[in-house]
Amino acid sequence: MYDKLLIELSRPGRSGFSLPELPPDYKGPESILPSSSLRKDQPQLPELSEPEVVRHFVSLSAKNHHIDKGMYPLGSCTMKYNPKINDDMANLPGFVNAHPYAPIDSVQGTLELMYNLQEMLAVISGMDYVTLQPVAGAHGEFTALLLFRAYHLKNKQTRRKNIIIPDSAHGTNPASVTLAGFNTVKVPSNPQGGVDIEKLAAVCDDETAGFMLTNPSTLGLFESNVEKIAAIVHECGGLLYMDGANLNALLGITRPGDMGFDVVHFNLHKTFSTPHGGGGPGGGAIGIKAILEPFLPSPVVIRKTEKDGGYSYTLDNNRPDSIGRVHGFYGNFASDVRGYTYIRMNGPDGLREISKTAIINANYLKENLKQDFALPYDFPCMHEFVLSGDNQLAYGIKTADMAKRILDFGIHAPTVYFPLIVHEALMIEPTESESKESLDYFIEALKQIAKEAKENPEIIKSAPHNTPVARLDEALAAKNLDVSW
Amino acid sequence: MIPQDLKYTKEHEWIRVEGDTGTIGITDYAQHELGDIVFVELPQVGAKVEFMKAFGTIEAVKAVSDIFSPLTGEIVDVNTALETNASAINTDPYGQGWIIKVKMTNPSELNNLLDAAAYGKLIGQ
Repeated sequence: MYDKLLIELSRPGRSGFSLPELPPDYKGPESILPSSSLRKDQPQLPELSEPEVVRHFVSLSAKNHHIDKGMYPLGSCTMKYNPKINDDMANLPGFVNAHPYAPIDSVQGTLELMYNLQEMLAVISGMDYVTLQPVAGAHGEFTALLLFRAYHLKNKQTRRKNIIIPDSAHGTNPASVTLAGFNTVKVPSNPQGGVDIEKLAAVCDDETAGFMLTNPSTLGLFESNVEKIAAIVHECGGLLYMDGANLNALLGITRPGDMGFDVVHFNLHKTFSTPHGGGGPGGGAIGIKAILEPFLPSPVVIRKTEKDGGYSYTLDNNRPDSIGRVHGFYGNFASDVRGYTYIRMNGPDGLREISKTAIINANYLKENLKQDFALPYDFPCMHEFVLSGDNQLAYGIKTADMAKRILDFGIHAPTVYFPLIVHEALMIEPTESESKESLDYFIEALKQIAKEAKENPEIIKSAPHNTPVARLDEALAAKNLDVSW
Repeated sequence: MIPQDLKYTKEHEWIRVEGDTGTIGITDYAQHELGDIVFVELPQVGAKVEFMKAFGTIEAVKAVSDIFSPLTGEIVDVNTALETNASAINTDPYGQGWIIKVKMTNPSELNNLLDAAAYGKLIGQ
């Protein structure tokens, strides 16, 4: 019954709190407000007891799928467990009550955290500087492209209007390119799933502004030619951007800066365990090489050494070559606190262990599933891999059907139909959060689905069966939005 | 289902040529791959299209795809019925699901397109 709307559960006079009695001389709001500001009716707010509210929200959360409830192998999204201590730290009163317009002297702790997080991310990525202002991965991409633009304009390279992107890239890459005013030039993948470097060299010229590469790629494969690629792009005067969406495979093992990238973005909400899904709020910090430093979004958090040897922190707004702000205030600060906490809790060895475990988990799943599912790119993978539903298509089962059936096992579906270079793609990223038992449960579920495809395809075509709602008409849902607020 | 009398692109558009006008849509294979089509972004009558340049987009549940023009010319008719019923592309891709009609300026471009046999080979049928 608690899945009704709060307003439907409401009963007059019910309350979740009790307030002290009003003082005898209390004169009411009419004593201080003009009559035009006084409301005539009571606000239409639900009236409920505390247990009713708790049951309502727990009931809703149980209908949803989330990482606190079960495995979430959504490829490319790094749906790892978010440690609760992250929230404890983000809820510290000094952070929660800090105002973005507070005098600098009164928020030294918040600035120190931002500065230290920038420094830690710079070390992790092999970059010289970091800005925390972008608040999503694509926002980081866009910011990076604005830096490319500012750099080329400063160097009077006005012909450079093309950004080269591999055909396996995230859809956000070409979208960011368009938003930043550049043109997209696509370069195909080679049979090993990497960039075809001969074709890259052929399209790299004096109109190339830069190259965007996801490493590991969306196939979960490490780009072994990355240094050659960097040399080709730099030789023709372009800059190199690494889409850091898959950084969870690289922590403490290798660094984008060492591979030759000029910019990389971090998804704090993926790699560094800040909340994700349902809209974030995300954190899309970017790390850059020193040549791009003058163009960083302002203001920049800087550290000064005081006479007594201690540090103070401030915001530098005097940056004439800056691309300007890319977000209100300083980015999503509470995400910064969570990401900082995660890095400090794990330390360098812990971060390396995270990436190693994520890679081992993905390879364990891949090796156990490739007998039952097609694996077009059969190579040792990094943190994720991409199966194809082609074996099951022979029985009339589409990947979309299997994605629905997986829900019946209490597991979120993998990413489907991406990357586009794999037919009927199922992109699986277990993350380091899953135990061997959890991985084995996933393998058993997928093996059962593969068996059902042959023996009982109807159960897959009519799935899901165990979810709060059965299969939705997705075309109708997209056309006729049932929006209420 | 690959009608013999049409020409095809590698991007899965078809064109039916009548005189100097070509009717353009997407193939049965393409609609099947896209799945349920939700929305088609259509161009205006009078707009110019270029050989193998995108002139509109198709939004399906699964993905959003560009629609490419098999030839250069000017749009003389647009299937506005798709604005309210885009699913006609799913149910009748070579008939009710046509998208635009183009008056071609360079008929020799047709030589660059695939015939039914070559298109069938491309999609493995």
